[in-house]
Amino acid sequence: MLSQDLNTILPEIILSLYAMGALLAGVYTVKDKAAPLLVWLTSGLFVVVAFWIGTTGEGATAAFSGMFNDDAYSRFAKVAILLAAAAVLIMSQEYMAKRDLLRFEYPLLITLAVVGMMVMVSAGDLMSLYMGLELQSLALYVVASLRRDSVKSTEAGLKYFVLGALSSGLLLYGASLTYGFAGTTSFAGIIEATDGGVSLGLLFGLVFLSAGFAFKVSAAPFHMWTPDVYEGSPTPVTAFFATAPKLAAMALFARVVHDAFGNSISDWQQIVAFLSVVSMFLGAIAAIGQKDIKRLMAYSSIAHMGFALMGLAAGTALGVEAMLVYMGIYVAMNIGTFAFILSMEKDGMPVTNIDALNMYSKREPVKALAMLVLLFSLAGVPPMLGFFGKFYVLQAAYDAGLAWLAVAGVVASVIGAFYYLRIVFFMYFGVEQEDARLDSGTSPILWGFLVASAAVMVLGVVNLFGIEPLAEAASIALVN
Amino acid sequence: MTPAVIAFYAFAVTTIGGGLMTVVSRNPVHSVLWLILSFLSSAGLFVLLGAEFVAMLLIIVYVGAVAVLFLFVVMMLDVDFAELKAEMARYMPLALLIGVVLLMQLALAFGVWGFSEGVDTRIAQPIGDMENTKQLGILLYDQYFLLFQLAGLILLVAMIGAIVLTLRHRTDVKRQNIVDQIMRDPVQQMELKDVKPGQGL
Repeated sequence: MLSQDLNTILPEIILSLYAMGALLAGVYTVKDKAAPLLVWLTSGLFVVVAFWIGTTGEGATAAFSGMFNDDAYSRFAKVAILLAAAAVLIMSQEYMAKRDLLRFEYPLLITLAVVGMMVMVSAGDLMSLYMGLELQSLALYVVASLRRDSVKSTEAGLKYFVLGALSSGLLLYGASLTYGFAGTTSFAGIIEATDGGVSLGLLFGLVFLSAGFAFKVSAAPFHMWTPDVYEGSPTPVTAFFATAPKLAAMALFARVVHDAFGNSISDWQQIVAFLSVVSMFLGAIAAIGQKDIKRLMAYSSIAHMGFALMGLAAGTALGVEAMLVYMGIYVAMNIGTFAFILSMEKDGMPVTNIDALNMYSKREPVKALAMLVLLFSLAGVPPMLGFFGKFYVLQAAYDAGLAWLAVAGVVASVIGAFYYLRIVFFMYFGVEQEDARLDSGTSPILWGFLVASAAVMVLGVVNLFGIEPLAEAASIALVN
Repeated sequence: MTPAVIAFYAFAVTTIGGGLMTVVSRNPVHSVLWLILSFLSSAGLFVLLGAEFVAMLLIIVYVGAVAVLFLFVVMMLDVDFAELKAEMARYMPLALLIGVVLLMQLALAFGVWGFSEGVDTRIAQPIGDMENTKQLGILLYDQYFLLFQLAGLILLVAMIGAIVLTLRHRTDVKRQNIVDQIMRDPVQQMELKDVKPGQGL
């Protein structure tokens, strides 16, 4: 029995053992000089494990008496998380090395965070959910304040930690209320207990749980930490925050509301729809005044989470599918955008002010064009892939009878397009300032990611690179 | 009133009283001492419940380690608690309002509390007739094996984090290097100078 269970969590075991082994090896040998090697090794391992999970896994297995699920849904999320983490790690190496931030613990903390995320998306019990979430969050708090000599980075880490602890408290409180009502923490037991309707006590539990998740996905009104943490953390860490953890938290949210509360869709639907509307509008409006591109991306991510939540709010398999496709596209867009932000330098120092992009197209036409494609995609302008992501969630919401939500989404999307297009305007028609000019030349890695991501946004229109049937299989595995 | 009931009320009242005094006492050191009293009384409550292992754990871990650590921190850091309290007092009305609203909401929730149907079949069953240390061990290393290992990983991350964020390799201090000391060559370490009288070096 145990060997079978261990077999199911083999990818997680391998990653944890790798993290511990590499940690020991790093401490006893050359310490931080081993960091570049470890970054490549870790990314390589991520890609291998992603490939392995993606190609060999089949069917649905429950391990540890239902605490851990291996099904098409968790595999889809795991592959996406691993690939996103690998991409961000590779992108971050040069930036971190240049600023003397490349500690050998960095790739290993990311590995442990990824293990936490993999447990999150496979959770079949409130306890394993919490363990995965804490493993992920704790590692992220540390990497947020990696630049420990900078006040802003320390502030980012501390703020994230304190508010994260608060949200964990909310989540635990919700979990205990749920447990008190259902008499069990396993999702299978909870869904059985809600068969005959939801009592007020359980509704409280559901609300607290949702508040905790909303914090983790940075959905308004639990978004307050996002801009400060995004701004203060080192940019590669911000890039990481904007990709894999978002996907993991969103996948976890969907798993809990469908696996544990699948019988009471109408109860959580209104909560998720509310979070979705508020996030979309707040993300779209609050970003308008931002000058710092990292803060801008923070608000952009809040808005995007609103759209992903719209898919979830539909409460159908189609909605989950739309959410997964949306998150996949979102991650691909963000990797490219952050590759661009990482390459923004002036005299070797990182620049995050968007004024520095004035007339950027004149000096770097290829990069500017790639960024234009990505920004159009983020805004959801039709020929790009981002439009199809939005189209899917809008359709899912409309089919589920949430026409008002879909209309609100379109309005928010139009408002949000303004600040993306403003950057495009700066790049192509702005007034050039001599003293704010960015350095030319980009590292081949960042350039590659930027152009590849932009190419994906254009070429993906053909068939979304085949993620649609995979997302469909994943959503059917979750919602049945 | 049986002795058990009397003991329950005694422990319960001291727990709540200790908690209250932790919050309201002016001297932070007293606060920690009240907190310890609160921990001890809740350990008593656990004994009454028949969970003697958890009770002992509470005393060893919370009283023995955590509270003593608090005490050290409070004594060493010399935080100006009066100033913190003054800051707190400014937000008191708002905090009270929110507290009252929350309390009313919770009363609402618990007022209509009811278990779900068939809760008896889902609730965890006792596993055999053993003392509860053994039962906990069986659960922890068998049924909750995954959670136990994950908790270990979380603690590892906490340790790595503390080291990453605070350890600095200082280069301006002299450290003992035993290999260097052993490998010293006396011939090279000493130089004989022939000083001529009346001239110095």
